[in-house]
Amino acid sequence: MFTLIKTQKYSALLFASSFLFLANFALGQDEKEASAASPGHNQIVIKDFDFSPKTLTVKSGEKITWINRDDEPHTVVSVEKQFKKSSALDTDQEFTIIAGAPGTYTYFCSVHPKMTGTIVVEKS
Amino acid sequence: MFDYISHDHEHDGIDRRGFLKCMAWAGTGVLWTISGGVLVSKTLVQIAKAGGSLPTATDLSFLQISDSHIGFSKEANKDVTETFRIALDRINAMPTPPSFLIHTGDITQLSKPEEFDTFDEVLKSCRTKDVFFVPGEHDVLNDGGKLYRERYLKNVEGKGSGWYSFNKNGVHFIGLVNVLNLQAGGLGQLGEEQLDWLENDVKGLGSSTPIVVFAHIPLWTVYPQWGWGTSDSERALGYLKRFGSVTVLNGHIHQVLQKVEGNVTFHTAMSTAFPQPAPGTAPSPGPMKVPAEKLRSMLGLTNVQYVHGKSALAVVDSNLN
Repeated sequence: MFTLIKTQKYSALLFASSFLFLANFALGQDEKEASAASPGHNQIVIKDFDFSPKTLTVKSGEKITWINRDDEPHTVVSVEKQFKKSSALDTDQEFTIIAGAPGTYTYFCSVHPKMTGTIVVEKS
Repeated sequence: MFDYISHDHEHDGIDRRGFLKCMAWAGTGVLWTISGGVLVSKTLVQIAKAGGSLPTATDLSFLQISDSHIGFSKEANKDVTETFRIALDRINAMPTPPSFLIHTGDITQLSKPEEFDTFDEVLKSCRTKDVFFVPGEHDVLNDGGKLYRERYLKNVEGKGSGWYSFNKNGVHFIGLVNVLNLQAGGLGQLGEEQLDWLENDVKGLGSSTPIVVFAHIPLWTVYPQWGWGTSDSERALGYLKRFGSVTVLNGHIHQVLQKVEGNVTFHTAMSTAFPQPAPGTAPSPGPMKVPAEKLRSMLGLTNVQYVHGKSALAVVDSNLN
């Protein structure tokens, strides 16, 4: 269901948006320049041991960035292992993926498993 | 200002009934003594106030330190290496040195090799050289605990993801791992393989053998909303039911909490790095910021003493003031 293209974010974008956008989540870490306010780019804030928003609805091909605002490391891990997990995110660190196939994806923090969230991907 | 809990289990250590739950803020150290099978803890401050001597006629005395979080540098404590060092100084200053130390996890903040290096370097200043570890979730962040196991299981026969047991002075010690393979929405977890091992490990022991179990996340449900508990700890405790004295030592929650249930005494230790809020008193269990002059009163150690023939171990918490 998901393809990992670590760090090669531009090829990942091209790959995903050109012909496989319905079938892939392309992952690119360290996308610090990404702005949460830009169209098609969605942000999930990690604060007080919670993902906010808890459920995020996006369109295939859109970016999703988690940013950790706690003084505690957190991770983003797909419950069904549908995308590669983030490394431990320290304060203010980010993790970005690109939404692929429509569907509902649940994830959690493997350090604090009470923290769970959902991404709903719709057709673009 | 700080409070502490002091229990005298000597009179009813075996058939204690009911449920005792207390909570105490102390400073930086808890002395556990095993006294006739029951752990007794005293803070280092209590010991100092009592004239600087530990309980006499002790067969075994060891010290629990926890949650050093080397690498953490945020507002709650910008120099966790220094407070860890102070904790070790306190141990070195004890009139009767403990036989060994138990570290109940979160050695580091981010499982980084350089954080483990710093910890190991500072630990060298401790006169007590024998140290037994269990991992915290901060020690196994990115590699499933590989680096942790390479460094901290040298003196024991680590099984599975790093659990083990050993005997000292007639007391059976069990170090458990409950911070790996955690499930979405769940708590700490021991897992089938470890539980099977535990059942087998205690099978041949006489019921009068004092048991000390230590693990990072509490093995009793402190506050599930914050993940402060272990989902399958009931089964583990089931295997220990027949023993006359069971002491469970945990870390993770950075504060002293104690509960006695039947023959089982549960105790959590302070951190040497930063305090965390009491259950439910803050939006999250993250590091608690306190005024600088208060910090050391909320960090600490636990000392435990055992006297053969008595039913309870003495557990003493003390802070870093």
